[in-house]
Amino acid sequence: MLRQSTYAVLCGILLLSVNAAGADETTQESIDTLAALGYPTPTENELVHIPPTMEDLAEAKLHPQLKRVIRRGYDLFTNTQQLRGENVFNNMNCSSCHLGAGRMPFSAPIWPAAVTLPDFRGKNAHVNNLEERIAGCFTYSMNGIPPDYGSDNMLALAAYHHWLAKGVALYPQQAIYGRGFPAPDRPEELSYARGEAAFQVKCSVCHGANGQGLRVDDQTVFPATWGDSSYNWGAGMVRLFTATGFIKNNMPLGQPNSLDDQEAWDIAYYMSSQERPQDPRYTGDIKETLEQTREPFHKHSLYGQVRETDGHLLGAHRNLGGKPFLKPDTVRARTFE
Amino acid sequence: MAKQLHDFQSGQRSNATMMPFAQMLSEQQIVDVVAYYASLPATPGLGGEDAAEATLKRGEQLAERGDWSGYIVACKSCHGPRNQGAGEVFPGIAGQHAGYIKAQLQAWKAGARSNDTQDLMGSIARRMGDDDIHAVAVWLANQTPATH
Repeated sequence: MLRQSTYAVLCGILLLSVNAAGADETTQESIDTLAALGYPTPTENELVHIPPTMEDLAEAKLHPQLKRVIRRGYDLFTNTQQLRGENVFNNMNCSSCHLGAGRMPFSAPIWPAAVTLPDFRGKNAHVNNLEERIAGCFTYSMNGIPPDYGSDNMLALAAYHHWLAKGVALYPQQAIYGRGFPAPDRPEELSYARGEAAFQVKCSVCHGANGQGLRVDDQTVFPATWGDSSYNWGAGMVRLFTATGFIKNNMPLGQPNSLDDQEAWDIAYYMSSQERPQDPRYTGDIKETLEQTREPFHKHSLYGQVRETDGHLLGAHRNLGGKPFLKPDTVRARTFE
Repeated sequence: MAKQLHDFQSGQRSNATMMPFAQMLSEQQIVDVVAYYASLPATPGLGGEDAAEATLKRGEQLAERGDWSGYIVACKSCHGPRNQGAGEVFPGIAGQHAGYIKAQLQAWKAGARSNDTQDLMGSIARRMGDDDIHAVAVWLANQTPATH
């Protein structure tokens, strides 16, 4: 089923076929739901794509073996803890940050990676393909080591990305509706104390008073927001605007956009002022690491800064969380020379 | 269960049958009766025996994956693996009677029940249609109840 269109199509200017009309209805229903929950509606010429579901997969005309591999990708994505100790060394699932199993606009939907890569990536300053992009998530957000390039698990995860992108043209020129975690404008002042108070009221029922999250039967129900079981200092979520955008658009679960902008920024500031496992790019010296990573990354985080409440230098430690190594060897420069 | 009895006492939760009985209980009696029920073996939930296959399929989708086109998040995202409960706050709902789940979701939807933390259940129940409430209730009734 094709669920991709520009907003012009949604407005009913073009209806190409009965199938496309059905797809547009589903897309419109999703947009209406998002609008009712306070999300912006698509602007003219934005690329709108509501990915197919696992229910759609059952009906899809694809080789049964491919369906099996896509299902495995979905299963790995939503319960990444099955790779604990092998590739994952914290309590995160892919779907902890990418809500709706990677399908949801404003929750860093994952299908854009399948249609915009290979591309240059500022974080590691070279051209990355989809597998290397997924490897980045394992390295930083999962505080781990990626499944081998070309391995069954890596292929299954990539196949799931491609399935969600079904029908979208490669290298789209338009801006993508709901891409990433768009953050509201940063207010003049951020407050640790207000963030802590708001975290305790709005977040701690699930994530715990100390951000420890909750596990049941070796599965993660609520991810750890900081500490040894959380993402490391190199994960995108340590950037204040990324955490704010995630929180504002997605938290508390089921109540998106319910926090005001100041609250979302304060909570992100409080969370980002706590310790977590070391950045895999750590050289052994925090000042040197910061110099090497500031421009493309850490200028947006609190890494290497002094916490205002107690003078603690954030990130100045050798704690690797639950893993026995600092950096997977997939973190390396490519020159194509 | 202790929270629910306290909420019946305070009026935070309302039910014509339960409220007067809850009022009669002392703190000690609440502790005792909760311990007694917790010691009993979990029995299968009733009310989902005759559900149609398509209804159960829809119920499974809502419980395990949700329906994000209506921003209905999966039950298990808070109620835990196999919906058997998570932590002190999120109860096991697998194996619960279908009529009970249905009545509670309808009560949240109508605003008649609101003793959940931060309206976490209410905000989702209000987005659920009657058919979806029925589907998820009968599917949950057919699942293995929590053992603890």
